[in-house]
Amino acid sequence: MTDQADSSQLELLPKEEAARSRSSRNGRATAQIMASQQREISVSEFFSRNRHLLGFDNPRRALLTGIKEAVDNSLDACEEAGFLPEIKVDIKQIDEDRYLIRVEDNGPGIVKSQVPNIFGKLLYGSKFHRLKMSRGQQGIGISAASMYGQLTTGKPAQIISRTKAGRAAHLYEIQINTTRNKPEIVREEAIEWDSPRGTVVEIEMEARYLRGRQSVDEYLRQTALANPHLRLIYSAPDGRETVYENTAAELPPEPLEVKPHPHGIELGVLMKMLQATQHRTLQGFMTQEFSRVSVRVAKEICARAELSANARPRNIAREESDQLFKAIDQTKLMKPPTDCIVPIGEELLLSSLKQSLNAAFYTSATRPPAVYRGNPFQVEVAMAFGGDIEPEGALSLMRFANRVPLLYQQAACAITRTLIDTDWRNYRISQSSGALPSGPLAVVVHLASVWVPFTSESKEAIAHYPEIMKEIRLALQECGRRVAEHIGRQRRAAEAERKKSYIQQYIGHIAEALQEINGDTPEATRQVADDLQIILERSRS
Amino acid sequence: MNRLLNQIEKEARSIRDKILKRQKPSMRFPLRNLSNVKFDAKTGFFEMGRKTKERTLAVSTVKTFAQSLKMIALSKNLIETDDIATKREAYYVAKGWGEEVGFGDQTESDTVLDDVEALFLVNREQLGFVPEEKGGEVAGNLMVVDHDRDSGEEIPIDCTRFGSGAYSIPISVEDLRFESDASFVLAIETAGMFQRLVKHNYWREANCILISMGGVPTRATRRFIRRLADGLDIPVYAFVDCDPYGICNIYRTLKVGSGNAAHINEFFCVPKARFLGVTPDDIENYGLPTHKLSEVDIKRIDDALRNDPFVQHYKKWQDALLQLKKSGYRAEQQAFAVHDLNHVINTYLPEKLEQAGAFLP
Repeated sequence: MTDQADSSQLELLPKEEAARSRSSRNGRATAQIMASQQREISVSEFFSRNRHLLGFDNPRRALLTGIKEAVDNSLDACEEAGFLPEIKVDIKQIDEDRYLIRVEDNGPGIVKSQVPNIFGKLLYGSKFHRLKMSRGQQGIGISAASMYGQLTTGKPAQIISRTKAGRAAHLYEIQINTTRNKPEIVREEAIEWDSPRGTVVEIEMEARYLRGRQSVDEYLRQTALANPHLRLIYSAPDGRETVYENTAAELPPEPLEVKPHPHGIELGVLMKMLQATQHRTLQGFMTQEFSRVSVRVAKEICARAELSANARPRNIAREESDQLFKAIDQTKLMKPPTDCIVPIGEELLLSSLKQSLNAAFYTSATRPPAVYRGNPFQVEVAMAFGGDIEPEGALSLMRFANRVPLLYQQAACAITRTLIDTDWRNYRISQSSGALPSGPLAVVVHLASVWVPFTSESKEAIAHYPEIMKEIRLALQECGRRVAEHIGRQRRAAEAERKKSYIQQYIGHIAEALQEINGDTPEATRQVADDLQIILERSRS
Repeated sequence: MNRLLNQIEKEARSIRDKILKRQKPSMRFPLRNLSNVKFDAKTGFFEMGRKTKERTLAVSTVKTFAQSLKMIALSKNLIETDDIATKREAYYVAKGWGEEVGFGDQTESDTVLDDVEALFLVNREQLGFVPEEKGGEVAGNLMVVDHDRDSGEEIPIDCTRFGSGAYSIPISVEDLRFESDASFVLAIETAGMFQRLVKHNYWREANCILISMGGVPTRATRRFIRRLADGLDIPVYAFVDCDPYGICNIYRTLKVGSGNAAHINEFFCVPKARFLGVTPDDIENYGLPTHKLSEVDIKRIDDALRNDPFVQHYKKWQDALLQLKKSGYRAEQQAFAVHDLNHVINTYLPEKLEQAGAFLP
């Protein structure tokens, strides 16, 4: 679900339904909870209360979240519109605790009517009955960033956009009208802008810039790694400029939208779908709104739920939807289609990793798609070993979900767990029990899915589904084997080198002794030494 | 000596030619241990067998290979310049070749030297290497005729005239001549017993020549006794501790030579030597104080019974060793002092010599 592309506003749920869906641990329910609260409290109050859920819990993270939302949006927009993305990120320090972030893309631009929705409206959801692999699950959207900026600095977000070469570029200033709880364009003007197309977002906010593992720098580096088609230019607050060139010259294929598989649906979502559907019968609803439900299967489910196939979906009351939910769960279904997942791909991931890290050995593996709870997913792993990678301490782990780097909550993530549970000593990599392996190793794990199961609303750790962990483990093992082979080759080469220099020490002595005894000429002695070298090299293995 | 130089050059040429043909060169050494000697009572010494070990140049052997060749080159140089090097000096010469090719300690360089000696089937003195160890000491009814190195003049040495001291056997004994009317040679294990017998002029009383071996007799001591016994045509009796070391190492080496340098045994042993004592029977007959056999002692007995061709040849020795093992005790030759300090002179030796015909072979 992409925030920018899919901007239909979430219909507010009745209060009691919202309260119930609080119990379901899934990102969409959070949106519902927040939506229900929004009616009663002011936007700014709501925001302050929930800033930790939205990734703005401290100034350092706020900077990262702001950049992240803007970059993710730009990427989704470019890809959706079919443009090879080129994104410029610029962070300037305004004051001790105040920064101006600026993210510019060459995407499709935004039409004026959409601008307030995208940048000013905190709460909107997506159509639940469509699933498509995208970045949009991260955070709550660029609107939260602009609101955070407004709340901490009082300054409106600035947007520049041009939708087509030849059309005028426009500058908009967006502000939340806190009394009406509504976004408003407070200023708009046509301006000179030398880009033929694209969008610029500028937000001033209270923030803190630090380098290190959970920094903007690291996020951008990893984003470039997971998006080989992206050209990224980054100007850090300290003036450093980094250019990440794209290693891929083409966009990845566009992920297909799929209907949800009945086994992947939550009760609350099912209820919402029953409410919203255009279909008049339960059978029609089941066959048309879900994948892998034939008429026969729909009838089977209805029978099991003791519901009429002709019942009106809207009329199915709470108890009945519960029955339906249970019946779906008990019915054996074909697995969902998996062709809707677009992995980065072994080759692109490999070349991207090569550009990102200077190592002695690289390998990657993309698993075939698999399914957890009705949701198709695919796991990719890439590894780099040796070279410039820090040999001391734990490995460097880079986690991705739908090409988005996960920088927080490493310990809670299924990827980390699987990595720890794999016995790396089998692959000649040292590991203390219950710990991450250590050594000059960098590991990239990418989970691509139409629905990435996060452990919590902060969406930084992947939930421990056995199916997912199994695929991660298999991919890690495949790469691990190749790394082990590389280490073996390296050790053998070092051993051979050691032997060679050992032999070398004695060749001179042998040749010299023979010369002393035989009285050979220096030329003959050199020949003896050369031949000895050849003989011993040959016998070395 | 030219023959030896030719041999050395031939070996080196063959190694060089192999290398130039890009084939792995190798050196073939006779195997130097008891498994490669045979004993024939007719010849009376350990004769070297045909077993060899081949040292082919490879990564694992390259160091020893280089060391052996350097040692051969050193030997050639010593022969050509008519010089000598002690085994210790050879060890230091090797230190000068460089860290990587030098020896860790002298036992390593000695082993290489022994290999080279066996390779050319010569005595190490012929290669220019002399041992550190001193020969034994001699006292008694014997005139050794040596020569002055410069003038060639004969130097008669009267071994009765060393008082409480003794004549030292030189490293090379080939040019010595002997005059004596002694009736036998007594080869003694310990310097302590030798001193007692010298102090009391036992040689005069028994009309014999006393030789202290100081443990396993050196090559020079063995060669000295051999030339003495053959030249004077008198018997040789060995007087050692009653333990596996005294019997299997000291006495056996004196009589038939060593397994380690079997190629020279023909000249460096005394086949006519007989075992005076101390025998396992003596322990009982003379009521000697004993010590328990150690594990090493027992292992030595078992080894001798299993691997020593000399012991295997003589049933009497097998019986004696088994008797020793069964008793579990050993006794030293100085143990006679338990009765009286001169018991050995006054009682033991005279009594034993009366039954010389019954000595163990």
